[in-house]
Amino acid sequence: MSGYVDFSLSADQRMIRDAAADFLAAQSPSGAVRQAMESERGFDPALWTRMGVEMGWCALPIAEACGGLALSWVEVALLLEQMGRRLVCSPYFATVCLAATALQESGNATACAAWLPRIADGTLRATLAFGETGIGWDPARVTAIARRTDSGFVLEGSFRHVPDGAQAEVLLVPALLDQSPALFAVPAGTPGLRATEHRGMDLTRRTAEVVLPEVQLPPEALVAEGGRAATALQRTEALAAIALAAEQLGGAQQCLDLTLAYVAERVQFGRTLASFQAVKHRCAEMMVRIESTRSAVTGAARAASEADVTTAELLLEAACAKSFASDAFFFCAQEAIQLHGGVGFTWEYDPQLYFKRAQAGTQWLGTPDLLRERAAAALLGDAQHLSCTP
Amino acid sequence: MTLATTDTDEAFRAEVAQWMQTHLVGRFACLRHRGGPGDEDAYPALRKAWEQLLAAGRWTCIGWPRAHGGRELSVARQIIFHEEYARAGGPGRMGHLGETLLGPTLIAHGSAEQQRRFLPGIVAGTDYWCQGYSEPGAGSDLANVQTRARLDADTGEWVIDGQKVWTSLAQDSQWIFVLARCEAGSRGHSGLVFLLVALDQPGVEVRPIRQITGTCEFNEVFFDGARTPAAHAVGAPGEGWKVAMALLGFERGLSWIDQQMHFEHQLALVCDAARATGADQVPALRARIGHAALGLKVMHYNTLRTMSAQLSGELSREAYINKHYWSHWHRDLGKLAMDVLGLEGDILLDDFSRTRLQQIFLFSRSDTIVAGTSEIQLNIIAERALGMPKEPRPAR
Repeated sequence: MSGYVDFSLSADQRMIRDAAADFLAAQSPSGAVRQAMESERGFDPALWTRMGVEMGWCALPIAEACGGLALSWVEVALLLEQMGRRLVCSPYFATVCLAATALQESGNATACAAWLPRIADGTLRATLAFGETGIGWDPARVTAIARRTDSGFVLEGSFRHVPDGAQAEVLLVPALLDQSPALFAVPAGTPGLRATEHRGMDLTRRTAEVVLPEVQLPPEALVAEGGRAATALQRTEALAAIALAAEQLGGAQQCLDLTLAYVAERVQFGRTLASFQAVKHRCAEMMVRIESTRSAVTGAARAASEADVTTAELLLEAACAKSFASDAFFFCAQEAIQLHGGVGFTWEYDPQLYFKRAQAGTQWLGTPDLLRERAAAALLGDAQHLSCTP
Repeated sequence: MTLATTDTDEAFRAEVAQWMQTHLVGRFACLRHRGGPGDEDAYPALRKAWEQLLAAGRWTCIGWPRAHGGRELSVARQIIFHEEYARAGGPGRMGHLGETLLGPTLIAHGSAEQQRRFLPGIVAGTDYWCQGYSEPGAGSDLANVQTRARLDADTGEWVIDGQKVWTSLAQDSQWIFVLARCEAGSRGHSGLVFLLVALDQPGVEVRPIRQITGTCEFNEVFFDGARTPAAHAVGAPGEGWKVAMALLGFERGLSWIDQQMHFEHQLALVCDAARATGADQVPALRARIGHAALGLKVMHYNTLRTMSAQLSGELSREAYINKHYWSHWHRDLGKLAMDVLGLEGDILLDDFSRTRLQQIFLFSRSDTIVAGTSEIQLNIIAERALGMPKEPRPAR
């Protein structure tokens, strides 16, 4: 990367952010979130359609040749931040940030042409079966095995935590092929494939266990193999972690906003809670963490938008954004519960929803501890601890 | 204006690097990575000679307007200069208070006569300034100014009585800018005057304060009938607060870039120590090193956000958090440095690579106190950025 980054937003970027904020404030208020999370599918199909078809959000980072808008990660991050603020229950993250990114990073034009136009126009839900552990994607930890047959491939494996795995119409699946990483596109209707949804603590994002017992795949199911697949998946992990960090930033900001509104109203000992220095300082600490996270996410999103960003740089940017965002979100959600007092502990008030989303996201696409280890390894010039088991 | 660099900017980078490589040698070689907060007592005379060498190369006041002796370099080039200066180990600048605080204030608010009288000495690296804001007992309550200034009608001079404290580099400066109360009975922000006062006169006494580090870079400055001409008041008498606050506004942006380059060097020293002691193999310490590295990256991004917002004329929220952020980051680095050294960290040696880490540990305790304590910073964030109610204040 070269030059200095101007962090100001363009008029178009501000428009995307503000339109998303307005749309989601109207379409995904707390009541709608609660309704969607308690519904059988875990999201509101009508809202998902409006997001994809009417607002065109699924097309954001997808190449124009595949029916997308070819916008950068700066725009994606701005959108995800607004989604995080509202805890939108939707397969957007799995479809666009994970699956579409993996397809684009694979560089396989045929696979992109097969799947991306339908993702871009908001009519196809997809996901990527990785992020099994807090460490993110690691070539050394691929357990699914694929082998070549006369008619294509046979793939066998199981994945414990696949976001929106039960709702996806196509799953991108990493597996070892000839002892090296490969990526396959597996339609949900493939005979044998089973996706069983977990009962999660965080009800706002569903995950599923996906089992593939020797499923037969046609030759065109192979999206990438070898070094190409490994790099594509590594970059996808980093980009998705940056998107998740943006989402967490929005969640953290909303925790602060909810808290500020509450402490401004609530009167104790004859004054509003907001007038007590002990309360003000805790809110100010939240803002310190939120704004430093906003800098980290903005910097990472700008870096991810540079054409010549290397995979190593991308991973470090993701480590920075995701470690700060996960910690900030958890801290702010925890503070929101505390500063709401007794009601903060109830199901009825919203802090618990953010608290659970914060905890779930912390464990996914790189835990803060492992991301800090990644930064240490980069700085100290060694990597012996990089693939330690969480 | 933009923060993006061009190809010719990169040529400029090479020019700065080359100049530093050619000049920070010989008798100046011992200045590499010396000076700056916590190490201001290092080689003051030699560092003044270095300032004059910088001036001869036209590397002082590079962002100032040409009319005032500067080079009017773009923000991108100023950033490059700061980066390359620090990368080469350029010593802490003795003239930074004049160059980054007083000079810009005089350019914005000073009279033509004040500009002619005071700016050339700053550019030339011959006149050194210190800042007379804080007072004993006032702490972060900056407007609680007790130092008095009265205009003596007979001589046409301001007569100053009172005391300032925490005055960095006063022992190495010839001049001090003083915030004093010029209207009897006035309180708080009103009735103040911003005065330029010579330190070398009978009514001024500078007493060093020995600090936690064992060294002295802060001082107490006593004024007992000290004098300065009427024309050395900047802005209108009574409106000194406005001038003082404008000056603090200049403290942002570029000086942070400079600071971050020093922090980066300090983190590298911590990594070197970690390799030497084996702490680089301890997972818990590695995690803290990683956190420090990522935190520094965030600090850099905070600065770019603030500078981008300033250039586009926006008021940005992160500007409120910068002081709190960097001071706590640096304090954590100091503790990390000592934990990396282990038991050895307690032993004082003549090896500066060790001393530096001990300095960071001890001196960074002042980072969360000076220029507004962390508690004051959190009040500012809560009240100004988040719009929470002000603390009730008893009538004085």
